[in-house]
Order: sequence, then C-alpha cells, then structure tokens
Amino acid sequence: MTNQTAERSIANPEIWPDNKEFWAAMQTGKLLVKHCRACGESHWYPRPLCPFCMSADTDWRESAGTGTIYTFSVNRRVGPVPYVIAYVTLDEGVTMLTNIVDCDFDKIRIGDRVRMVPKPSENGTMVPMFTPAA
Amino acid sequence: MSIKNQACIVGAYEHPTRKAPDKTVAQLHAECARGALEDAGLSLKDVDGYFCAGDAPGLGVLSMVDYMGLRPRHVDSTEMGGSSYIAHVSHAAQAIMAGKCNVALITLAGRPRSEASSGTQPRNFGPNVPESPFETPFGPVTINLYAVVAQRHMYEFGTTPEQLAWIKVAASHQAQHNPNAMLREVVTVEEVVNSPMIADPLHKLDCCVVSDGGGALIVARPEIARSLKRPIVNVLGAGEAPKGLNGGKLDLSYSGAVWAGQRAFAEAGIKPADIQYVSIYDSFTITVLMQIEDLGFCKKGEGGKFVADGNLISGVGKLPFNTDGGGLCNNHPANRGGITKVIEAVRQLRGEAHPAVQVKNCTLALAQGTGGRLGALHGSATLIMERI
Ligand SMILES: [Zn+2]
Repeated sequence: MTNQTAERSIANPEIWPDNKEFWAAMQTGKLLVKHCRACGESHWYPRPLCPFCMSADTDWRESAGTGTIYTFSVNRRVGPVPYVIAYVTLDEGVTMLTNIVDCDFDKIRIGDRVRMVPKPSENGTMVPMFTPAA
Repeated sequence: MSIKNQACIVGAYEHPTRKAPDKTVAQLHAECARGALEDAGLSLKDVDGYFCAGDAPGLGVLSMVDYMGLRPRHVDSTEMGGSSYIAHVSHAAQAIMAGKCNVALITLAGRPRSEASSGTQPRNFGPNVPESPFETPFGPVTINLYAVVAQRHMYEFGTTPEQLAWIKVAASHQAQHNPNAMLREVVTVEEVVNSPMIADPLHKLDCCVVSDGGGALIVARPEIARSLKRPIVNVLGAGEAPKGLNGGKLDLSYSGAVWAGQRAFAEAGIKPADIQYVSIYDSFTITVLMQIEDLGFCKKGEGGKFVADGNLISGVGKLPFNTDGGGLCNNHPANRGGITKVIEAVRQLRGEAHPAVQVKNCTLALAQGTGGRLGALHGSATLIMERI
C-alpha cells in the first residue's frame, strides 16, 4: 500500500482578476467551471474569453464536483512524499489537472469515479483535489 | 511555395562535453557555433542569420549575437522547448528562401547537470503563465506530465512496461559505440523494468540523461552548399504544431506529431516507409512510442509491438533510430534534445555515423522533436532531409 506518509506542501495558486471568483467559491467548497453563453461550451482552465469561439460572454457555473479519472501517475520519487497527479474528467465534460488524495494510491485505476475534496495550500487557499467516490 | 530544395544543412556539431562546471552557457554556445562553422568550412563573417530558443541566456538573440560577435540581418528565437531547434531549421530555410539571409547559425547550450536541474523538479516558467494557477498546486514536473500519457496509452492500447523498455534497450545498443555517450552499457528489458519507479509507469531507465553541453547547425543556400567540400544534406520538408489542453477537451492518445508529421511528409512528397533513418526525440521512452505512431511508422496503438524485439536497433530492426544513443543514453544538453536529433540525422546522411550503426546508403532521414510536456502543453516539429 502506498499512501501519503506526511502532508504534502501544496503550492499556492496565483489569484488573479480573472480567477478570483473561482478561488472565492473554493473557500466555500464549491467548484466552478467556466461556460460560454455564445457557443454553449464549457472550458477548463477558466478564462474570460471562450477558447472555442473567443466570445467574452462567459459565466461561472457550479460543478457537481464528481467525475472520472482520465489518467494519473503515482509520483513515488518526485517530491519528499508520494503524491498522485491526475487528469479528472468532470461530469460537466471538461478535464482538469488535479491530485487524487485520501486513499491507497496502489488501488487507483483509470475510469474510477471520484468526488472533489478541497485541500488547503500553504496560505490556506482551498484547491480542488479528488478522492474515490465511496 | 515550399521550402523543398531551398536550403541545405552544411554544418553540424555536437559538443563532446557532458559535464561543464567550469564553462559558462554563453561560452558553450560559442564553442558549438565555432564547431559547426569549422565543420561546414565557413567562418564567423559568413553568418548572416542567427537562431536560438527562449532558453538562451540574457536577452536571447541580443545577448548571444553580441557575445559571439555576429552581424545577422535575420534573427528568430521561436520557443517550443526541446523541439525548437528542429523548427529553427525550417524557419532558416524559409528565411533563406525569402532572401532574408544566406547562412543561418542555430545554437543550443546549457548546464543542467552542473546546475542540478532535472525532470523531477518544478520548472519556473516565470510570472503571468495563464495555466499556472490551475497547475502548480498539483505538483506538475516534467516526468509526471509524460507519465500520465504512458498510463493512458497502457489503458487504451494494452501497451506494456516491457515494450516501453525496449526503446531504452535499443538506445543502449547504439550508445555502446559512442565514446561520448553518458551511458554506454547495454541494458536489458529486465534492468529497465526493475530500475526504481519514479512516476508510474516510468522507471529511472525510462528517462533520458541529464547532461551539460550543446550543439549547433549551419543552414545555407543550395549554391553555397555546393561550393563547400561536404556531402550535401538537403531540406525536403518540415512541419510544426503546438498541442495543448484544448480548453479541457483533452485527448492524450495522440501528440502534435500527428499534425507536424503530416505537414512534413506532404511537403517532402514522400511517405513514412521511404525513411531509412529516424532521430526521434527521447526525453522518455513514451515520447518515442507516441511519435512513432503519430508520424505513421505504425498504426495508433501498435507502437508497443512495433518497438519491441530490437526493431529500433540499427542493423537489426526495420527502423534504426537515435544511432548516437539519443537522449536516453548519449546526451540531452540543456534538457533540450532537438538539436542532437538533427545532428545525428546529418551524420547518417553523410555516412559519418559510427560504422557499427551507420545505415547503408542512407539518403532519406527524419528528425522529430517534442518539447515541453507531452501530457500538457507541447511543441512538435518534424524535419525531413535528403542526401543529394
Ligand atoms: Zn464559446
């Protein structure tokens, strides 16, 4: 069994004018996804201009916080403690970079269902990580 | 309009050092430039075009041009990570064709070994990187953003760690003949899969070396190439393609080489089966597998079978690759391998590779690069060359 033997220090996300709403929502446990009203597509990572049609008519929508592991890697000799980097495809259709936490790393498989769990970075900003959905 | 037959590679030089604690990066650039000019039979005053990538010290082209005493009338610092230098050859051919220069110098140098910089460390790409707030908290480093591609490839296509290991084994077979290679010992599949796991499913021996050094190329107008006393290596075609996260509609089953390769083959007017030698960027074993599939040397998903059983070993398999030992065993200067890919292809086309790995009567070769992170933002560049 491989697990996180100690707390991994999580680097702070940079909070900018175009993403401050995202990080504010994370403090209340909500994961937001950017959606374009002009073309109807959601996108990740969030930005003010839609990467599919360049419309500025984009708004934030709350994600259900559930998804599927698209791919992952257990980092056994990368940092001081093992951690799992992963791409998770949210049920809303976008795929995001994240970590899989709070589980036996050796049991993680592509296709596993996961749910979002906020974890604090060094300065307390909550960042969206995922754990197996029971 | 096409760059086909519009420019030739007339000089190529790989710095022999693999550890240079007592040299500056700028000095290594200059030593590489001098080596390539000597190889071509040209001198400093002949150079009127200069190319380097975003990693060159200081103000890039401005610092390097001043340091080396160049007087270029055309400069370009296109940055696509380790694939940059393959794109630079294409850009140099375009500039020559447009009359912007006659003799273009391309240099790369760096000291990651002396500066203890490797693929397991976070890279600092500077401020205002748009994807950074949604990446840095999760600990992305070079190796894990290649490992996720390997994991997905195994899931979708049943590729095995042993098949990936064959790529390292093949590289080691070529490297044993290169006195400058960092790793000259032939390794086995078992040794690769039993080496320490760094980031699943990539082991220590799935990774390239970390080396100081560099290289340089000279690209010139065909009339100039014909006036020099070297075999002529003609640029036949090139393609380039950045690939990224695609707004969250992510598909890691293919790389930018799908696009870059198609563009290069179309321009050259040949097909993958015509290629006699390939230099394939080998930051990790998975990088090679993906590019071989994406360039069309085998079908998507069949790369594992294709690379197994020595198929990449010169004199043994159908597709001799990286006969200098590649980044996996020989050299990965500045953590950027694009230029050494072109250099070994030039050696093969000139008949100047080591006799043990020289492809007989090699007239068509391809150099392929992937820079950045294969599982995130990466650049892909393809170059097809012909000896005439
Ligand atoms: Zn849109």
